[in-house]
This record gives sequence, C-alpha cells and structure tokens, in this order.
Amino acid sequence: MTVALKSGIRTVASILDSARSVDQVGAEERVSRLFKRSVKKESKLTALKMALSMIDLTTLEGKDSPGKVKQLCYKAAHLHDQFPGLPAVAAICVYPTMVAVAKNELEGTGIKTAAVATGFPSGMTSQDVKLDEVRKVVNDGADEVDMVISRGHFLKGDYQYVYDEIAAVKEACGNAELKVILETGELQTLDKVRRASDLAMEAGADFIKTSTGKVKPAATPPVVLVMLEAIRDFYYRTGRRVGMKPAGGIGTAKQAIQYLVMLRETLGQDWLTPDLYRIGASSLANDILMQIMKQTTGVYQSINYFSID
Amino acid sequence: MGNTETKIEFDSDWTYDPAPQATDFIKLQERYGLYINGKFKPSDNGRCFDTINPATEEKLAEVSEASEKDVDRAVRAAKEAYENVWSKVSPKERGKYVYRIARLIQECAREFAVIETMDGGKPIRESRDIDIPLAAAHFFYYAGWADKLDYAFPGRKTKPLGVAGQIIPWNFPLLMAAWKIAPAIAAGNTVVLKPAETTPLTALKLAEVIQEADLPPGVVNIITGAGETGAHLVNHPEVNKIAFTGSTEVGKIIQKSLAGTGKNYTLELGGKAANIIFEDAAIDQAVEGIINGIFFNQGHVCCAGSRLFVQESIADELLRKLQDRMATLIVGDPLDKNSDIGAINSKAQLEKIKHYEKIGVKEGGSIYQPECTLPEKGFWYPPTLFTDVSQSHRVVQEEIFGPVLAIQTFRTVDEAIQKANNTPYGLSGGVWTEKGSKFFKVTKAIRAGVIWANTFNKFDPTSPFGGYKESGMGREGGISGLSAYVELV
Repeated sequence: MTVALKSGIRTVASILDSARSVDQVGAEERVSRLFKRSVKKESKLTALKMALSMIDLTTLEGKDSPGKVKQLCYKAAHLHDQFPGLPAVAAICVYPTMVAVAKNELEGTGIKTAAVATGFPSGMTSQDVKLDEVRKVVNDGADEVDMVISRGHFLKGDYQYVYDEIAAVKEACGNAELKVILETGELQTLDKVRRASDLAMEAGADFIKTSTGKVKPAATPPVVLVMLEAIRDFYYRTGRRVGMKPAGGIGTAKQAIQYLVMLRETLGQDWLTPDLYRIGASSLANDILMQIMKQTTGVYQSINYFSID
Repeated sequence: MGNTETKIEFDSDWTYDPAPQATDFIKLQERYGLYINGKFKPSDNGRCFDTINPATEEKLAEVSEASEKDVDRAVRAAKEAYENVWSKVSPKERGKYVYRIARLIQECAREFAVIETMDGGKPIRESRDIDIPLAAAHFFYYAGWADKLDYAFPGRKTKPLGVAGQIIPWNFPLLMAAWKIAPAIAAGNTVVLKPAETTPLTALKLAEVIQEADLPPGVVNIITGAGETGAHLVNHPEVNKIAFTGSTEVGKIIQKSLAGTGKNYTLELGGKAANIIFEDAAIDQAVEGIINGIFFNQGHVCCAGSRLFVQESIADELLRKLQDRMATLIVGDPLDKNSDIGAINSKAQLEKIKHYEKIGVKEGGSIYQPECTLPEKGFWYPPTLFTDVSQSHRVVQEEIFGPVLAIQTFRTVDEAIQKANNTPYGLSGGVWTEKGSKFFKVTKAIRAGVIWANTFNKFDPTSPFGGYKESGMGREGGISGLSAYVELV
C-alpha cells in the first residue's frame, strides 16, 4: 500500500495521482441500495429532528433585503413554536451584503451566520476581489464562508490554480469555517467530482459542498456518495474530519432521510452532527416539520399551519 | 493505511427500527400434494415431510414425498400431454400460455417473494427485487420465442425433445423453476419438475398459478421429494431430457447414470469463481461488487465470487474498505426490509459452512467477521473473510456455498489469470479495472461461462449462463438456453 505523508504538504500532482476513479454505474447502484433502507417509526422521528438541526436555511436572491433576511432569521430560531422540543437550524446562509443583518438578528440564538463569497455563484472575478470579499464577510461577523471553486480553471486542467486559490481563501477566512462549493453540475463526471473533492480538502476546506443551487443538476445522490467517500479516504489518510454539505435539490423530508442513511453508512456516527454535515435548502424545513407532526399526531396537517419565514 | 488510530464508528446512536414485511395475506396449505396432470394429489404411500422456516425453525407446511410410483405417474402424465396435447397446440397458442404464467407471477409477486423468504431464509429485499421479477422475466422472454423458433435457429427447423425431467436447487427456488420450465414449454416440451426438499413452497405456489393459467393438464407436473425422488426421475426411461442444477457431486452421479441412455442433459453445477480487482479499478465500486459477489443470498450462489484476488499494491486499502462495508451489513430477520443477509438455508448447510470455518482456521488462515448479534433461533452465519490463504488451502479450493470469502493477492496480470484458472470449476468470474483493453485480455483468458466486467452477479433472461469444466455442461438463458430444449432438424 502506498502510504502518503500524514503531515506536510502534498503536491497537487501527488493528490491527482492518488485520486481514485469512480464507476458511474456502480455508484448509482450503491445509491439505489442505500435508498432502499426503510426508516420508520422512532428512527424516522430521530432522523427528521436531526435533519432539521443540520439545515443551512438559505436565501440567495437578487431581491434579498434586510427585511427578508430578518424574517428568515426569526424563522430559523422559531421553526414551529407550537411544537416544543424542536431543534433550531444550524445556520442562515446569505449573500455578503446581508451578513451584518443576519449576524445581528441571530445573536444569542446559537445559530451560525454563513456567507457565500468569492464572486458567488460563478466565481468569475479576480482573485483580489474574491479575497477582499472573504475578509469583508468575516469582518462583518460571518462564522462560515461558502466559496466557489474556479470551474473554468479546473476544467482546463489548471489544478494548481484551483488549489492555490482555495488555500488563499482559507487563509483569508481566519477563524471562520470554509465550505468549498465544487458546483458539481458543471463538473459533470464523478471522476471530476472526486478529483475536485480531493483538491479542496487538501487545500484546507472544512466542508465540501456540492452546489450553489444556481446550476442544475445541483446535489444528486451519486455525487454526494462520491464526495462522502472522498471525505472518508481523506480522514483515513490524514485523521482530519472534513464536513459535507449537499445543497440544492433537496426539498423533501424523504430525500433528507435518504441522504442521512448514506451519511450513516459511509462515515458513521461521528459525522451525524451539524458540525460535520449540513443541508443547504430553502424549503426543506417545512416539509420536515410536516412529517414530524404527522409522525407525532398521526395525521397530516395543512401546509397553511407552517410559517413560510 | 496512513494511521491506525483513525477508525470510522459505524455503531451509531441513530439506528433503523424493525421494518418487517407483512405476512398476514399469505395463505399456505397445511399439506401439499403432488401436482400431477393438473391436480394436487397425495403421494402414493401417503408419505410427507415438513418444510420449515430456517430463520425461526418453525414448520410452514407438510409436503408430499413422491415415490417411484408417483414419479412414474408424473412422467406418464407429461408424456401423454406431450403426445396428445402440447405437440399439437400451435406455437402461438403455446406462447399465450407462457405469457399468462408470466403475468400471473407478476400479479402475485409479493406473495411469491414472502413465501420464498419464509421457506428459504433469503432477505425479502432480494426475493422482492431480484428473484421474483427475474422469474417473471424468464417466462416473458421465452414466451416471445414460442412462435419464432424458426428465427432463433435460422435455416433450421426445430422439434421439441419430449418430456423433460428437471431438478432444481434450494438457493433460488422460483427463479430456477422459471429457468427450467419457461424454455422447455415454450419450445413445446412437457416437464416434470422437482424442487429441492428444503424449499418446495414457491414451486408449489407456481403449480397453483399454472393451474389458474389453465395450462393443459400434464404439461407441467411438479413433484416434491428428496434425492431419491430425483434419482427416480433421472432414471425413468420415458424421460427424454434431464436438466439439473445442483452440486458437482450429484451432477457426476447423474452424468454416470445417463451415460448410454441417449437422454439429453444439461448440468449446472458448482463453482469457485475468481473476482479479480486490479489496481486501476474504481475501488469503492469494486468493494460493492465484492459484497454482492459473495454475500448475495448468504453466499448460496453457484456463481458466487468466493475467491477474491486483489493486486498487492491496493490490498491494504481494499481490505479496510471491505471491512468497513461489512460493518454496515445487517444480518437478521429475512422478512425485515433492511436485512442484507438472511438465514442459512438449512441446518445441514450451516454445519457445512462451520466445518469449513474450522478447516480454514486449522490450515492457518486468518479469519475476520464483523461484530453482529445473530438471532438465537434459526440458522445463522456472519459474513466472513479469510486472509493469509493460498491456492493450496481448502477454503480456496472447495465450494463452501456460504458467506465466506477467501482473499489472495497477486502482482501481475498473468499471475491473476493463472490463479483464476487454477480450479476444477469454471462457472463465473469478475474483473475490475478502468482499462478497457485489460477486460479483453483477462476475460478471454479465463475459462468460465460468465465473466462480469465491473459488476458481479447480474442476471438477465437473454444472457446465457453455464459452466466449463466441473461446473457443468450446456447453457441456460438466451437462445442457447432454448437450444437445450429442441432438436434441430
């Protein structure tokens, strides 16, 4: 077995050399087997509550305003007050200009403020601007920064550029956690997803994240599986636990549970926490709430009983 | 691997609640007769035996034991039906009957799946998603050929063989019945089928379906019994063809007794397949293929990938991944929708597997079994790996027919090929690489009937299946499977 260096810097060449190829058909088959797990009764309720606590409640629209962000922040901390004992979501995810507003609103709630940065969603801006933006959001109080990789550079084979950029952003983050968005819908093959995952983790990512939500397809089951497997291999090699964030396309409680099954059977107990697993979603919370009420009371309630924000 | 203190903890706080498949809609008879000439009748001497649920050891039903006289009755019924009815029915009409059986299997799919799982111990996930749909698919596939036989063998005319005696094993009871019956009757033969004594219930349920399909009496006869009943069937002078799936040991006895009789035969026997993982394989998918190769149906699979060959350069990494994957396998109640591995089919089979475990350990192999709690009642065996074994170890040489994988490493492509072929068997194999040219080189060099590329244990009615060497002769499935039931004139 080739034993890679436990510490010390690996060159981009050696990262790419050791990257595993992925067979698409086999990955899809594994997904379909995982998704056949039947999660019922108490285990379903546990999963639903866990999923709620892992949500990065997101609003990323051009029309976002302080008013909208304030409303969403209140929702994040008061998901469904009629039903006591529910967790709050993990974080609120907003555009850079909204960070200060969110941070202020969330004070004392324990809910984190996450900001997308680095020219989100395309990343088509110069590196200086990207780093300035990162420093600005951290300065405004962002606990977490969701950056996008330069897909153009990645697809043309300039892996060193991508690696260096992630490392520079990580440095600019200071104490803030860095989530690296691969935008897998633009990478297209699972081999490339695997390769981008390896690069991001080696360059210092605290989380790897599938998508911006602005490109379709966003998070797909085989992509998430491949990224979880990359995290597992990285953990085995370095001992460092990197988090995972599927984002976009997860709108139902059923999907959220299926992904949790995948997480549980790939990375085990230690990753079943908001510290290492997030779901980026804007409309998932209410579907989960509906399912929790159904599971508890035995009847479905009207969607009108659940607040939008 | 990098460091030893890193370990993924799969024993999580969040676990799955039991998800049992409902069984209240299953109606089993207390006692089943022999299905001869369109009717269920008790055996001549009234003898019966019990069939039990291997997961609970509870009796499910009593089944009649066919004597020599019963076998004779069944064969005569088949012969009469062949001469007077089935050989005179138009091919198109024959096809309609076979289609009808296929549709009825689909209609009662869940019932079949539950009975299969109760009688044989396989997880409901497999009987529901693999066994039963594939059984229906075989009937559909061969139904299509019934009126197109002239096109299956261009330039030749076909003639059915007559009465086919068919003996099937306990690992895929309904599926094997479908493999045997569908091509036989589609091609115009009539059959006498004997299911295995530990798993007769889905074949008897199939008899009910066939009755409901209004198939002319005698075209399909299903008789239950053990080895003795099978021997009577093999030796009956009016049988024109024997199709047997089972052990190489019994296959050899059958082949001897058929020598010189002029009867046609196909034999589907044992295996000890090589599953070869090259260093350039997609390793996580290969791990899944290894799991499917050896733990599918508790390893009760003649084409199971029971000999694993891993290229030395990735051996440590692959073994760790394999053990991680095994930690998430759920062994337990076969009726639970989340069970990956069910019960061992019978007490005798469990003892055989345990016997091989002892041999493996005694011969110096290192054994690995993940932690799992097995139910107290019933027959259970955990998924098992043997490392530090070589081609000279008995656990590498002999067919265990259980969830036991023998792992060896190799260095070069030639070494892998040589070791893969170093066995009296030749039923199946698997090759894992991301390099296309390697598939062609390796698969051509391995003498086995089926070789899967980057997958394992995949079946389809259109694809021929069968062995080289001591794994048998003749093919089932596809056009090859059809040719085993016709004479070309």
